[in-house]
Order: sequence, then structure tokens, then C-alpha cells
Amino acid sequence: MSRILARALVLLVGVGVIAACSNGSNTSSNQSFSGTTIRVVTFTGPQIAEPLQRRAPDFEKATGAKVQIITVPFSDLYQKVLTDFSTKTNSYDATVFDPQWMGDYVPPGYLEDLTDRVKNDSALQWNDIAPFFRDFSATFKGKVYTIPLDGDFQMVYYRKDLLQKDGLKAPETWDDYISIAQHFQGKDLNGDGKPDYGSCLAMKRSAQSYWAWISIAAAYLQSQGTKQGAFFNTDTMQPLTNNPAAAAALTVYKQLSKIGPPEQLNQDVGDSRGLFVTGRCALSLDWGDIGPLAVDKTQSTVQDKVGAVILPGSKKVLDRSSNQLVDCNATLCPYATNGVNHSPFAAFGGWSGAINKAASAKVKDAAFAFLSYMSQPAQSSVDVTIGKTGFNPYRSSHFTNMGPWTASGMSDQAAKDYLGAIQSSLQSPNMVLDLRIPQTAFYQQTALDTALAQFLAGEISLSQTMTQITNQWNAKTDEIGRQSQLDAYRSSLSITK
Amino acid sequence: MSIHASPRALRASSWWRPVAARLDRFAGGVFILPAVLVILAFSIFPLLTSLYVSLSRLGFSEGGVQLKFVGFANYAKLLFGIDRPHFLGVSGPLTPIGIAVLVAIYGLFAFLLYRYARGPNLTVGGLVGRVLATAIAGALVWLVVNTILTSGRPGTLVVTLVYVAVDVSVQYLLGLGLALLVVQHLPGRRFFRVVFLLPMMITPVGVAYLFRMLVDTSKGPLYPLWAHFGLTDISWVTNPWGARLAVMVGDIWQWTPFIFIVLLAAIETLPHELVEAAVVDGANRLQVFWRITFPQILPATVTVVLIRIIEGFKIVDLPNVLTNGGPGTATESLTLHAYTIWRALDIGGSAAVAYMLLIVVTFVGISYVNLLRPRAAAA
Repeated sequence: MSRILARALVLLVGVGVIAACSNGSNTSSNQSFSGTTIRVVTFTGPQIAEPLQRRAPDFEKATGAKVQIITVPFSDLYQKVLTDFSTKTNSYDATVFDPQWMGDYVPPGYLEDLTDRVKNDSALQWNDIAPFFRDFSATFKGKVYTIPLDGDFQMVYYRKDLLQKDGLKAPETWDDYISIAQHFQGKDLNGDGKPDYGSCLAMKRSAQSYWAWISIAAAYLQSQGTKQGAFFNTDTMQPLTNNPAAAAALTVYKQLSKIGPPEQLNQDVGDSRGLFVTGRCALSLDWGDIGPLAVDKTQSTVQDKVGAVILPGSKKVLDRSSNQLVDCNATLCPYATNGVNHSPFAAFGGWSGAINKAASAKVKDAAFAFLSYMSQPAQSSVDVTIGKTGFNPYRSSHFTNMGPWTASGMSDQAAKDYLGAIQSSLQSPNMVLDLRIPQTAFYQQTALDTALAQFLAGEISLSQTMTQITNQWNAKTDEIGRQSQLDAYRSSLSITK
Repeated sequence: MSIHASPRALRASSWWRPVAARLDRFAGGVFILPAVLVILAFSIFPLLTSLYVSLSRLGFSEGGVQLKFVGFANYAKLLFGIDRPHFLGVSGPLTPIGIAVLVAIYGLFAFLLYRYARGPNLTVGGLVGRVLATAIAGALVWLVVNTILTSGRPGTLVVTLVYVAVDVSVQYLLGLGLALLVVQHLPGRRFFRVVFLLPMMITPVGVAYLFRMLVDTSKGPLYPLWAHFGLTDISWVTNPWGARLAVMVGDIWQWTPFIFIVLLAAIETLPHELVEAAVVDGANRLQVFWRITFPQILPATVTVVLIRIIEGFKIVDLPNVLTNGGPGTATESLTLHAYTIWRALDIGGSAAVAYMLLIVVTFVGISYVNLLRPRAAAA
């Protein structure tokens, strides 16, 4: 009997040691950061800030570090962090931000080079992160500066039950999207007796509307692979915003502004998501967030009624030699499916964590350990299944490990639909990379966003919109330096999977 | 009892007196010095620095920032360059109504100038100042008429002028009306005095969210009302003038109490004898108000309206939260314009917009005070 007890004790101790080691590898080391405070800045929650705030206490318990999550509105995040770093105030040790902004953060040397750290951190499982996010979101000119915490692609969500009932297929082209939206506009889609909407998009100014327009325009602008680029001519840095492709995208965009809620021009993604998961919209265009939100029993009325597909495409694309919109053929659209050119748009690039180079060595170590902890599969595989985190799948294991998805309440079929749409975007050789050059914030958030808002409001005509965007972009390019901007743009495009 | 000063005391006072007199002369300056230093440090120095920033372009360099001097390029961009439509708006062909308005206002300006030139108070400096003020005011009127009363569209400067003109006028009329009501011996006047002040206590961002919910016709607390009148497919905030109206209603709702409380205080301190004497002489209520009450509260009126004009030019919370400046740029004020540019870290461009705002506010404020000061002083 005593021998059995002794063996059980040894076994227990052994299990305990293994568990302790396992915990240690997840968070780098036990209590090794005692007395160290990490100040992490990101945008006002609940998205993105919520998982950081929720997991910080576990990390603190395991490492002894103190984690402060500071939040600021999204529209202020870019300048707030950049001002803090550039003026050497250094009140933030790390930031979870938009990797598009690396063009402004990395060249002046504000961010810590993480290349060696990610190589030496086995718990991070760097190679499990999908190549696109490793090479684009995390890397700038061959060096790693961020740890991906989120995977971002825009795709189309549709009410599977409604489309099946009316014998309609998921939209393949933007023309299909418009006709389906028109079909359902004004019908009661959730049984509450009120007329609902064919499509719900975020079209509010100073929000996320310009990404939706780029998602539409991408299908017309880029057909020959990622390196072709969808924003500028890669030889002259002339904007691709004043041509028949941009005009076609603006026309679609304007049509969609009229097939939706009356308040659509004043709604951001929070509003459009709320409307979609409460059954008020037949279609929507969004990042991966709607998938998990649609199975959230606390707010969704469309559980297991939602399908997701790659962004709709176009049968006509821009022929850059003639500057005309022409029918797809094998030469012009080598990656087309059934004659339809799809250009999935990696909008935003996924929230990523970076470390302030000016922080002390100990704080940098602790900040890296925290970001690594957040990204490790044990944590991230659960976080990407929770709608309110704002985190979407970005690791290979997120697509193969179905356990967390089914545990979140998603049916097998819904999970396959959702992850399939993301994977088909991720694997596309014609993926459109989001803009990542110095002062990207001006090109997109200021110039493009304002012109689109004015166009939707009827303040300026289609041709005035294209001219205004083109002139503003050209003026900014000339102001910064055309050649240096061209180099930056080409450099961002050469980093493909 | 007589007082006899000792010779020693007399000697001391003979040298002390001039020193004390000199100290007295400098005392005012010494006492005011701390305040002057504080103002220099926190107001004048930032003002001069931001002037330099408005003449510069921000760039990022290894480990810091660079300010490159670009002269008046940021101002030129606003007044003549690619940001001109955003800042000044787009003018269209003049309509008959626009022409009539221009003729009426320019005629009024000419009449006022003529009256001053023929009057007894004519000075060269006064005439030059008035001609200059009339020219600037004329240009602003031309801009407003050409962008609003035509097929064009107003820029952020005109939108801000509209906010100030409409908001302050309506706030003054409502505030004065409420103050006149509350001084009557009505039941519950103390309760209403507190209730009327409540909007002013709420943070402007809260007011903006409140109005965002109220004007949402597809949901929100007023949905049954909109549904009853069949207005659920209409959006206030996606129509340019509907959105501007929503912003103005929110601002009027919030700041009428400020004018109300100041005018109430002014009215309550008026001597009753004058009113009673006028009533005894047979004056009716309108005459009492127009001949006695209004002239007596004119100094308070001038001050409170000036404060509201200056504050009104800085409106940003409501359009930012309610519509983000949209639809398009329809509700964007000058401050929001500067903020939008600043968010993309075009600090020079943002400072240029802020300086244009400063120039306009200073011009309007000085003109307003010069126009009404003699009347207020006479009252």
C-alpha cells in the first residue's frame, strides 16, 4: 500500500513539474518580471482592448509584471502614439496598432526590431502564423517589428436561409450583390413586421467606409497578382483613382448607399454589425467579426443562418495599357474563376503588437513576453472565436483546430463556411495588400475618406471625386518625395507570401 | 490730544517717503507680473509657436521630428490650392435671390459708412477701420451668398459662420424669453429656473449622443413618433441641411441656459421704480420692455452674446460625434476641419486652419464690440 502511495506521490510531483514547465514556456518565465510595468496603448474597446484587458491579470500572475492597458479612440491612435514616440515622451512601452502605419514608425527608428526575439521564442510558434501575416503585417523591409494578434480580410456575409428560400446563390460579382440587395430591400427579414434592408454597410465618415470602397474597387483595379498593386502605378507612383475602374467602383458604392438603412451614411461597422446579427440585413461586407458575432446567443438572432464568401469580383477589369475597362481574358485575369476576377482585400492588415524602442531592456522583455502570450495558440485560438475581441483567425492552427469554434457555439457547417471564406482569400495569388507607405493615414483616412463621404452625400460628382482623390494623393506624394514614396510602395508589394 | 513727532522719526520719514512713493508707483506692475508671466508662458508663447508651426511642415527623422519652414504654403493651400473647396466652399452662378440679398446687405453697409462719414464723430482712423471692416464683412457675405444661395456648397468657414449666426441669435431670443418668463410671479418658477439650466450641465459629447439617438428615425426613443408620421425612411443626418439643423438644435438646446441665466440675473437687478413709474405713466408691456428693460440689460446682452459668439466659432463636439462632419463635409466646423487634418499629423495645415479661425473670430469679435459699445455705454 505504501509503495502505491509513494508511486502516486511521485506521479503527482512529476505532473506538477511538467505543468509548471508548461506554464513557464507560455509566459517566458515565472515571476521573472516582478516589479516591471508595461504600458500598452491600443484603441478604445471593447474590440482589441477587451482580450488584452481580460488576459492581462493571468499574465501578471504568471510573471509578476504589471500590465496597464491604455485606450484611445481609433481615429486618434495613429497620431497619439506617433507623437508620443517622436517627441520622446515615451509614455507607452508597447502598442497594439495598425501595421499599415509601420511606414511612419519604422524608418525614424521608433519600433524595436523583434526578428531575433521571435526566432528564439518557441512558445510563440512563429511558423504557425499564416505566411501573409508573418511577411506583411509583421515585417518591414525584411525585419520583424510586430507580433500579429489578428487576421484581417474583408468578405461578404449573407443570410443563407433567405437566399436558399428564394433560390438565390451567394454573390459572385458586385452586380450580383446589388441585385440580391435590391431583391430583399424593404422586405421583413426577421419576422418583426418591419421592413428591413438588402445590404448594410459602414458608410460613415471618419470610420471604416474607405476600406469598403477599396474592397469593391479591388475587383476592377487589380487582376494580375498581388505585385500589380491596387493603389498606384508601380513605375510612376500615379494614383489609380481616376480611371474607368475607379468610376465603376464608385458607381457600385453609390448604388449600395441607397440599398440599405436610411441612416447608412451615418453608420460605422458597430451599427452595420448590430443590424446584421439582429436579422435586419440580407447582405453585409465586413471583416471576420460577423462570423463569431452571429453565433453569440446574447445578441444574435441569426445563428446558423449566416454564410460567408470571398469578396465578389468583376468580369471586367482595368487594362492598364489602354486605361479602359475590358472583359476578362486569360491574359488580363490569369487568376479568374469562371471569368470572374476576385481580388480579396487584406484591409487594415490585422491588429499587431509592437514595442517602443526607447523602453528599458527589462520592459521590452516583459512587453514582448506579453505580446507573445497573447498570440500563442493556447490564448489566441479561443480569442478568435469570441466576437467582441475583434480578433480574427491568423494562424494555421486556427483553421485546423475546430474545437474552439464548435465550443463557441458555431455549427460545423457554419465554421467551415466562415473559415473557408477566409482561407480562400488568404490563399488567393491576387490578394490586394493594404496601403503601407509613409503618411498612409493622410492618403486613406483624410483624402480618400473625405472624398468618398462627399461623393455619397452628393457634394461632388463622380468625376470630381476621382479628380479630387487623385490631386490630393499626388500633392501629398510630391510633398513627401515621389521617388521615396514609390520605393516604399514597391517595397511593400514585394513582400508577398 | 495732539501728536508730536520726534526729530528721529521725522528724519526717517524724509528719506522713506520718496522710496515709498516709488514703490507705490511700481506696486501695480509687481502685483500684475505673475499673471503676465503666466499668460506669456501659457498663452502668448504657444500662440507664437503655433504661428511658426502653421508656416512649417512636420516630418519624422531618426529618433525625433523635423519642422521644415514652408512659408505661407499651408495658407495658400487653404485659400487658393487643393483645400480651397473644403475651406471656402464652391460657388455657383448667382440666383435672383442671391443678388437681392447682396444688394440689400451691401446697401446697408454703404448707408452705415455714409452715415458715419457725415456724422459728428468722424476721424480718419475710425473711417479707415470701418472701410476695412466693411470690406472684410462684404467678402464674407459674398462667400456665404455664393455658396449657400446658389448651386454651390459651403466650406467649413461658411458652415461655422452659419452655426454662429443661427445658434447665437436663437439662443439669445430663447434665453431672453425664458428669463422674462421666469421673473414673472408664476407658480413653479424656482423649479423651472433649475430645469432650464440642466442642458448646460451636460457634457457636449453627451448632448451629441443624445441628439444622435433622437434624430435616428429607424430606432431610438422617438421611433414611435417618426413611425406615426411615416418618417422612418427619412434620415435627418444624411441630408446636408437636416444634419446641420440637428447640430444647431443640439447647440441651441445646450447653450440657451447660459444666456438665460446671465439675462435673468441682469433683469432681476433692475430697479422696480422705473418700471412702476412707466406703468403709472401709461406705458404698455412692450413699451416697458423696449424702452426700459432692454436698454438696462444691454451691457449684459453685449457681453453674453460676445462670449457665445467666441464659443460658437469653436464648436466641435456636436458635429464630430453626431455626424463626424458628414454627410460629406456638410456639418464640418473650422475646429473639426483643423482636428481632421491634425489626426493625419499634418500639424502645419491644422495650425493654418486654426489661425484662420483666430483671425475670423478676432475680426467678428472686434467689429461686434465696436458696433455695440457706444450703445451699451449710452444705456
